[in-house]
Amino acid sequence: MSVTGLIRMGDNALVLGQRLSEWCGHAPALEEDIALANIALDLIGQTQLWLGLAAERGAGASADALAFHRDAWDFRNLLLVEQPNRDFAVAMMRQFLFDAWHFEALMALTSHEDGEVSAIAQKSLKEVTYHRERSTDTVIALGDGTEESRTRMQGALGRLWPYVGEMFITDADDLTDMAALRPSFDAHVHNTLASATLTAPASDFAHQGGKTGARHSEHLGHMLAVMQSLPRSYPDAAW
Amino acid sequence: MVGAQAPVSDVWKWLADVPDPEIPAISLVDLGIIRDVSWQGDTLEITVTPTYSGCPATSVINFEIEAAMHRNGIENVSLKKQIAPPWTTDWLSEEGRKKLEAYGIAPPQPAGGPRHCPLCQSKSVERISQFGSTPCKAQWRCTDCLEPFDYFKCI
Repeated sequence: MSVTGLIRMGDNALVLGQRLSEWCGHAPALEEDIALANIALDLIGQTQLWLGLAAERGAGASADALAFHRDAWDFRNLLLVEQPNRDFAVAMMRQFLFDAWHFEALMALTSHEDGEVSAIAQKSLKEVTYHRERSTDTVIALGDGTEESRTRMQGALGRLWPYVGEMFITDADDLTDMAALRPSFDAHVHNTLASATLTAPASDFAHQGGKTGARHSEHLGHMLAVMQSLPRSYPDAAW
Repeated sequence: MVGAQAPVSDVWKWLADVPDPEIPAISLVDLGIIRDVSWQGDTLEITVTPTYSGCPATSVINFEIEAAMHRNGIENVSLKKQIAPPWTTDWLSEEGRKKLEAYGIAPPQPAGGPRHCPLCQSKSVERISQFGSTPCKAQWRCTDCLEPFDYFKCI
């Protein structure tokens, strides 16, 4: 089994976890602030499991070394999760699209032949089921909400839809056939969007290059500069 | 020195006295995260399952377990993290559920919400947020006594 597949799962959780933590102290309501921080915490915890296993299998010294001492071109996360927060609508739509994919991917990985992969998937799936429930409710509430919230959610969907396709482009490094997850993803996403009175763009054009590392967006480097500055400036720093 | 080893049943009693660092009303045994206790040679191996993968209490819990064992004269303690099968609130003890309620935290229900307000027992409750002050809790409110309260999420 390829360690790249483990790193992809870990990097998705890490990069989105970091993006969500950027909301801490800035969300539109205290309850939302707490919720986003809690989801970030779950994702960072999952990162430790995935990158920890990748490190054990020879990808690096430790989960921390992989998180803090790699450069942007070594990251294997989807382009979707590195997209900046912009406003609450974009952050919620990004979360919903990611959760919908993450849920299907983890569900498939619970029956992976490698027991350690299956264990991490089972653990993560419990948390992600909760994440998906929440982001689904939020997309419906904001989509089928006020004129302002609906306009913003439709705008967010248009902005992020070109990043959906990459989640289902699969290769031998993936832990499971990601292309096979598309029908279940589509069913959940289209039902939700219908309830939210939102319309997905007709074009299936897909930006690619995140999970292969070939072409990350400029945003990732800026994010890593913030995330990695302390451990790189003070390599021996400890809590 | 096999003869000097404390019986495993004593170890379980000591663990039942270690409070959860974030919800001190219940013990680690009540929480259902201690999965196994066994002697491996002269080392006591305690298997712990984390509640949520990112829960910051995990390292404090490990520290508290080691401290409790050292207090009881056990020198070599090895903590084993086991993530599968994943922790579920079904593993909360009946005693733990009662202690939570008495502490003002509504215990988890399969229906997905509290049975009643832990303060005034009213069944008129509403959800404020799916998340709360710790990863394991959500925020609810009683529409009769108007008090907000924590609900222990059912997973």
